[in-house]
Amino acid sequence: MNSVILRVAAQILKPVFLIFSVFLLLRGHNAPGGGFVGGLVAASAFVLQMIAFDSAEARRHLRFEPHAFLGLGLLCALSSGIWAFFQAKPFLTGLWIKLQIPVFGLLKLGTPALFDLGVYFVVLGGVMFIFLPLKDE
Amino acid sequence: MELMFALTVGLLYAAGFFLVMRHSLMKLVLGLIFLSHGANLLIFSAGGLESRGLPIIAEGSKIPQYPMPDPLPQALILTAIVISFGILAFALVLVYRSFRLTGSDDSDQLDSTEK
Amino acid sequence: MKYLIVLPIIIPLVAASFCLLAWPWRQVQRWIGVLGSAALLAASIALFCQVNTSGIQVMSMGNWPIPFGIVFAADLFGSIMLVLGAIMGFAVSIYSLAAMDQKREAFGYYPLFQILMMGVSGAFLTGDIFNLYVWFEVLLMASFVLLSLGGERGQIEGAIKYVALNLVSSAIFLAAVGILYGTVGTLNFADLAVVLQHYPNQGLITTLAMLFIVAFGIKAASFPFFFWLPASYHTPPVPVSAIFAGLLTKVGVYALIRVFTLLFRGDTGYTHEIILVMSGLTMLTGIFGAVTQNDMRRILSFHIVSQIGYMLMGLGLFTKLALAGSIFYIIHHIVVKTNLFLVSGVVEKIFGTTELKKLGGLYHSRPWLSVFFLISALSLAGIPPLSGFFAKLVLIQSGLEIERYGIVAIALIVGLLTLFSMTKIWNEVFWKNPPEPVLPAPSFSPVGWMLPVTALAVITVCVGVLAGPIFELTIRTSEQLMNQEIYISAVLGARP
Repeated sequence: MNSVILRVAAQILKPVFLIFSVFLLLRGHNAPGGGFVGGLVAASAFVLQMIAFDSAEARRHLRFEPHAFLGLGLLCALSSGIWAFFQAKPFLTGLWIKLQIPVFGLLKLGTPALFDLGVYFVVLGGVMFIFLPLKDE
Repeated sequence: MELMFALTVGLLYAAGFFLVMRHSLMKLVLGLIFLSHGANLLIFSAGGLESRGLPIIAEGSKIPQYPMPDPLPQALILTAIVISFGILAFALVLVYRSFRLTGSDDSDQLDSTEK
Repeated sequence: MKYLIVLPIIIPLVAASFCLLAWPWRQVQRWIGVLGSAALLAASIALFCQVNTSGIQVMSMGNWPIPFGIVFAADLFGSIMLVLGAIMGFAVSIYSLAAMDQKREAFGYYPLFQILMMGVSGAFLTGDIFNLYVWFEVLLMASFVLLSLGGERGQIEGAIKYVALNLVSSAIFLAAVGILYGTVGTLNFADLAVVLQHYPNQGLITTLAMLFIVAFGIKAASFPFFFWLPASYHTPPVPVSAIFAGLLTKVGVYALIRVFTLLFRGDTGYTHEIILVMSGLTMLTGIFGAVTQNDMRRILSFHIVSQIGYMLMGLGLFTKLALAGSIFYIIHHIVVKTNLFLVSGVVEKIFGTTELKKLGGLYHSRPWLSVFFLISALSLAGIPPLSGFFAKLVLIQSGLEIERYGIVAIALIVGLLTLFSMTKIWNEVFWKNPPEPVLPAPSFSPVGWMLPVTALAVITVCVGVLAGPIFELTIRTSEQLMNQEIYISAVLGARP
């Protein structure tokens, strides 16, 4: 597609999409949102690039190949389950640590967030994995 | 409400099976989409149909304030939707590939290995 | 070690992730694939030993209270299937090193293979019916891509048929799970078994059982749902066909046996009778299809269908001995069938085709390959003292015991026809003189090809020689399946 409006819009919208996707990812902790939607929104930023320019441009913006995201995401999600082994709990048990950070206050970090991050990367990688070769043809 | 859901599910299944049996591969994919929607809606209605509110128990309370639907089927549907999203995307790519290779959308043309 | 039960999931997942990260380096991926399969085999054997000595292993994912969370439960049947699956995975991943072409390797053959193995292991271990659906989809998704990988016309055509039929089956499976949950309000196998025993409206349960027969029947390629199998299994490269032939339909059979021994046994006179009729017709249609074919891989594909009939026969007869026969048959079949496909791959490498007309004379040029083929083929046909003979013997004996002569007669006739169609392959491929002109065989190093073929042939002989201990094991397995209380108390008793 050769449209100046779309190209300019794609450039401006990319950071908006990405920030919104991270927002969705973090919000998914206790409210609607999460890794799956977050990953889809992030992927749509790059799919928009792909439609406005070409797949090479989208690949350049993605920086890593889609399968790297897939592998990273799977490992990330898996590691969230493995932590439980060290505390003799069953696989995938949710574990939490509480951190007192001076300015922000109490921060609770848990393995479910790690799992969600993994899902985010898997969805991002998976969607790009399907769509990039389609555009190449 | 139950009747409407039952009729919709039945309609989706009927349309799905009808389309799956057509010659056109594109209609095959559409039929599969209808079938998976039908299954999802069926699970949804299996959780009970209540229009009064979300299946979330208010903070501080241990029992629901009003009769609410079972939230588990909704989680099941979410899983099923994610899976069918992936598989139907793949099916679309496959049909597109087949169209590029055979130049036809007709499932009767898929017989090069049968001759 | 209590984490053994999740290792068969974790190991392929880790291997697949590393393969994805090592995408540009094909050599690295190959060895990750072999290492992953070897580790899976080791973990499966360890799990089997643990189950064998200390009973059913249970773990509730995420430490959720049973029966609300997803449970993994390994009983003897599941862990035997797991070990068999892992052996085939290991054999095929060694074979793939030699047989897989560079193009497909570059497009992610190894990570997909690991994900397929993860799906298969998950299906064998899970104790939750919706989770079973999820593992089915994981392995189906991997198998869809593996089947179409390479994008040749025949493959794409086969893949469309395979994908369409399997998606219909998934939709029916999902609907059945939804109605089941809406009816009784639980998804855990053990909990379902308890609730279904006392459910007042047994007619509804039987209807649901029929939905499950259709859903799993399509996956297991039993009559009348088998047509996708012969239409697709001969199209992909041989390592892919081999792992499909050995494992995928058997996951469907596993699901049928699991569901119809644990959940739906309120009206066995109706449901299991239908399974028995299906099994007889599956045997017959499969073998008649095989007899009419003239291509080695197609004959073997139709044989899968007819063999599925034997596995269902034990479930249909539904006695302890019959079920033991089914399990023995699965053990024997997975090894033999995979090996026959691997041999057909070597044949294809030598001649460039598997059409019987264009083959011949292999007995003189490759005597060892011929011997290994003959071992597997005769075992498939049920010639003593090979593994298939004992498997069929147990099934037929159990049929005679409860005086079901019809199905016994069918099993015997199909056995004879299997022998006939195996001799046809033997005559055409190995015995007759090669057709003129003789093409010079392409030079290739046979070690990587022959190693797995040899190993599986040796296992086939061993299963025959060790028939006694294996029969004893299958009897114990079938006792565990027939007495559902053992499974129920193991899972529900594992509440923290």
